[in-house]
Amino acid sequence: MPSMIDRSRNAVIREDSVDFPGAQAPDRSYRVDAAGVGIAVHEWGDRHAPPLLAIHGGFDFARTLDVFAPLVAAGGWRVVSWDHRNHGDSELVAMHGFAADLRDAAWVLKSLTDGAVPVLGHSKGGALSLRLADSWPHRVSHLINIDGMPARRKMPDVSDTERTKLLSTELEGWLDHHRRASTGQRKSDTLEGLARRRAKMNPRLTHEWLCYLVTVGARHDPDGWRWKIDPMMRMGGFGPWRPDWAIEGLAGLAMPFLGIVGDQSEPMGWEAGEEELRPFVPRHARLETVAGTGHFVHIEEPDKVAALVLEFLGRPPSGAAQTRAAS
Amino acid sequence: MMTLVHGRVRLALYALRDNAGPHLLLLHGLGERSPEQVPAAVDSWRGSVHALDLTGHGASTVPSGGGYSCEVMMADVDAALAVLGPCTILGRGLGGYVGLLIAGARPTLVRGLIIDDGPGLAGGGVRPGSTTITVPDASVLGRVGNTPDPYALLELSNDVRPPDYAESFVRLALQGPLDEPISVCSVARPPWLAAVAASFGVRTESLASALTRLAVLEPLLADPNGA
Repeated sequence: MPSMIDRSRNAVIREDSVDFPGAQAPDRSYRVDAAGVGIAVHEWGDRHAPPLLAIHGGFDFARTLDVFAPLVAAGGWRVVSWDHRNHGDSELVAMHGFAADLRDAAWVLKSLTDGAVPVLGHSKGGALSLRLADSWPHRVSHLINIDGMPARRKMPDVSDTERTKLLSTELEGWLDHHRRASTGQRKSDTLEGLARRRAKMNPRLTHEWLCYLVTVGARHDPDGWRWKIDPMMRMGGFGPWRPDWAIEGLAGLAMPFLGIVGDQSEPMGWEAGEEELRPFVPRHARLETVAGTGHFVHIEEPDKVAALVLEFLGRPPSGAAQTRAAS
Repeated sequence: MMTLVHGRVRLALYALRDNAGPHLLLLHGLGERSPEQVPAAVDSWRGSVHALDLTGHGASTVPSGGGYSCEVMMADVDAALAVLGPCTILGRGLGGYVGLLIAGARPTLVRGLIIDDGPGLAGGGVRPGSTTITVPDASVLGRVGNTPDPYALLELSNDVRPPDYAESFVRLALQGPLDEPISVCSVARPPWLAAVAASFGVRTESLASALTRLAVLEPLLADPNGA
């Protein structure tokens, strides 16, 4: 089973294109109108196969699945993913947020079927998948969550005074960014330069893979490559939301549940291993740790994770009479 | 009317009275829009009076597909502060809560906040209820694309407001130059506002009293040697 590292050894980087072994462009790409927001949808696999909804993480895009999705599709599924609003090829709109992303997910799901489908989510996409399943349990047949399960991240040793300082810094930084970004755009770079910048947040992903991602997730402007991510967006954040609230909804999910995590710490990771998660996931949940991987488990070990997913889902249902095939 | 830019949104900022002296910025309630004239209740303010239409309200942009939060509305107000400079803020309902956020985020630019009754004061309570996915019914709430934006009505009425989160913004507001930067004049006291009203640095008083107190303090802050 080739890992990302194995595949990376055989990657070929050119000036403005990269061949990455196993990476396949989507079989179909189209747009769904989500109440006035144009959402770019990408599919891998037979258009008549039963759909599986796959949700990418924050600051990512659907084509991060270019290696993983074809492996799942080869098991008889139609893997359907989309670029979240203000990500990838979806429309840049004035506002984004969890509730809006959830509504967009509902529009994509509605475009596929009125029935239930398996849903797979990574990171923020995992959090969205949990909320989708909690909100609409009748539309989610199976849930697969890749390092997007909430953990209790409290800071009991941080005083109110220190907490206030942290919030103050975050607020000022966020507002200053909003003032600047109103007229700005993302910084351009060479293909390899953009890959190296992303490596700061994704230190476990190989340079070759990140170069490939640039070619499918960035725009090649006359002055260089820039990520197709809304310049208004910024890492980090603040707000009233508490992880505890998401944890409460997790335990009550009744559909078959597979949680997949890595065991290596990294900046984007949710830092919740099997032991931390076990008390909060549904009693029937199956948790799997893929050794030697970090936050991007399905990118680092696509074959292993695809095998886990296919084994968990079992044989795809024959016929997909209740689904709408992509045109 | 002046048009401000906040990302992909154009915001309408009105100068209701353009006197010399301290700025008073009015923030409307949920579903409302800026008044066309200086309201009688604030007529005593001797400086200039401005009013801002928040995103999805009045003459400001209605974005596609919602995504509203009070934190984004806070950044709307910050766009006004970038143009006006230091202001005292009077917020009705939703505007009162948004005013609290910006008073904490920009404690040196917000020279006093007055929180008054108005639509959207309570928000969605102290914690979320059972989850669901709701798409606004334009036939009931109004045509999407018009103001007030149905998505604003839906999302900002469900905005969760834990009391301790609100209290943290009071603590931040105290980092500014005023000893008592916040006045609560409202009759209604949803949990977040009850917590704010009970906090150090917050005064419970009438609207008239708050306007008088803050109008006197603001010039002293602007020119401490000239007083």
